[in-house]
Amino acid sequence: MTKMIGMTGNEAVAEAMRQINPDVVAAYPITPQTEIVQIYSSFVSNGQVDTEMVTVESEHSAMSATVGASSAGARAMTATSANGLALMWEIVYICASMRLPVVMPVVNRALSGPINIHNDHSDTMGARDSGWIQIFSENAQEAYDNTVMATRISENKNVLLPTMVMMDGFIISHAMEAMTTLPDDVVKKFVGNYKPENPLLDIANPVTIGPLDLFDWYFEHKRQQAQVMIDAKSTILKVSREFGKISGRNYGLFEEYMLDDAEIAIIVIGSTAGTAKKVIKDLRANGIKAGMLKIRVFRPFPATEIVKAIKGAKAIAVMDKSDSYDAVGGPVYKDVRSAMYGKRGGKIVNYIYGLGGRDVTEQNIHSVFEDLKTIADTGKVANQVTYLGVRE
Amino acid sequence: MIPDKNKGWKDVPKAGRILDPGSAIEYETGGWRTYKPVHTKENCINCLFCWIYCPDCAIEVKDGKMVGIDYAHCKGCGICVKECPTKPEKRALVMVKEDEETGKE
Repeated sequence: MTKMIGMTGNEAVAEAMRQINPDVVAAYPITPQTEIVQIYSSFVSNGQVDTEMVTVESEHSAMSATVGASSAGARAMTATSANGLALMWEIVYICASMRLPVVMPVVNRALSGPINIHNDHSDTMGARDSGWIQIFSENAQEAYDNTVMATRISENKNVLLPTMVMMDGFIISHAMEAMTTLPDDVVKKFVGNYKPENPLLDIANPVTIGPLDLFDWYFEHKRQQAQVMIDAKSTILKVSREFGKISGRNYGLFEEYMLDDAEIAIIVIGSTAGTAKKVIKDLRANGIKAGMLKIRVFRPFPATEIVKAIKGAKAIAVMDKSDSYDAVGGPVYKDVRSAMYGKRGGKIVNYIYGLGGRDVTEQNIHSVFEDLKTIADTGKVANQVTYLGVRE
Repeated sequence: MIPDKNKGWKDVPKAGRILDPGSAIEYETGGWRTYKPVHTKENCINCLFCWIYCPDCAIEVKDGKMVGIDYAHCKGCGICVKECPTKPEKRALVMVKEDEETGKE
C-alpha cells in the first residue's frame, strides 16, 4: 500500500533515480538542480545504489561523461538547470544524434543574462530542436512519475532517444508537496534491465560510434532521427498506459482540464497549470466556460492531438514562460499556431509571462481569461502577443 | 564494410555507426594529397621511423624492410619525410608535388 509523503520536487526526482539505479551518473551542481545530485551522491555514499558517480569539472564534461558512459553500454543519467544546460550544448545535440537513451532531469531556470536563478522555461525551450524528448511536470508527483517513465521511453528499441524531464525551479524543486512514491521493486520491474544496442564495451562485437558523417550520409541519419521522433509518440503513450497500471496515475501527451465544452481556453506548461485550474474552477462557478490544456510532452510536439482537443474553443491563449525575441512570439505559441494553420478553430493569442521567476498570480490568469472572453465575444484581437505581469 | 551509397535512410545503420571493425581500409584517402612521399630504396637504411610515425599505416614493410608506400591511403602529410634520418645528399624519402613525377594530373 502506498502512502502519502511530503517531498520537494528535487527529493522526488532523486528518489526516482535511486529506484532506477543507473550505472553511471555524471553531474555538476547548479541551482536549483544541485539538490538532486547532492541527494543522489548520498545514496551512492551510503551504498543504496550501484551507481558510478562521476563528479566532473563542468556541465560540458557532465554531458560528455554521460554520453561516453551511455556509448559504453551503461544506463547513464545527469541533471542540470539553465546555464548548466547551456554549457552542455554541444554534447546535448551529440547525445540525441548518437541515439543514446540518456535521461536528464532539468530544473527549469531563467537563462542568463541578466543573471537570475529563478524559474522560467528559457533554458529547455532553447533545446527544443536538439532532438531530445522533452517532458514537463506540473508538480513533484509528476516529476517523479515522468522520471520513472522517461527511462522506459528512452530505452525502448523503437525510440533510443534521450529524454529531458522538466520541473519548475524552486516553485516545484524546492517546495514540499504531498505525493506518493512506488515501492522499489515495482519501479525496478517497470524500468527493467537496460540492454544497449551497440555497446562499446562489447569487445566481441567492436563498433565505431560517432564517426565523421559527411554529405554522403549525414542527411540520411538526420532523416532517421526525424522519423524516430515522429514515431516516439506511440511509445510514450504505451509506456504511460503501463505506468497507469502500476500507479493509478494516467498520463497522456497533455492533460485536458474542463476542455470538452470550453469556449475560452489556455494552453500552459508546468506549475502554472495548478494556478490555472483554480481560476478555471472559479470561472466555471460563475458560468464561464473556461478550460485548459496542459502540455506534458513538448517534444515530440503533439500537433494533431492538440488541434483536435482545442478545436471547439473560440479563443485560445498560449502561455509562454520564455520568449523567442524574434518579434513574433513565444515558442509554444508558434508551435500551436502552426499546428492550427489551415484548420478551423478559434483565435489564438500569446502571453509571455513569469520571466525570471516573476510570480504568476490568480489575477494574472483571470486577466487572460477576461481578454479571451472579449476576443470570443467580439471576434477581434487587440494584441497578438502580450507581456503579462510586467511593469509598464 | 562501407554501406552501399544507393541505400536509403531506412536501410543504413542508425546514427552513422560503423558495425564492422577494420573497415577503414576500404575507404581510400589517397586523393586528398597535394604532395606525395617518394621512396628511394638504395638510400633507405630501413630504420622504420617512417613506419612508426605514419598516422595512416601507409608505410609498407616486408621482412623488416621498408618496401614502399600505400598510395591509396597516404594523405601526403609529410611526417615520414620529416622523420626520415637519411643524409641530405642521400635522401630515402622526399616530398614531390603530386603531378610532377608523372607529368600528369
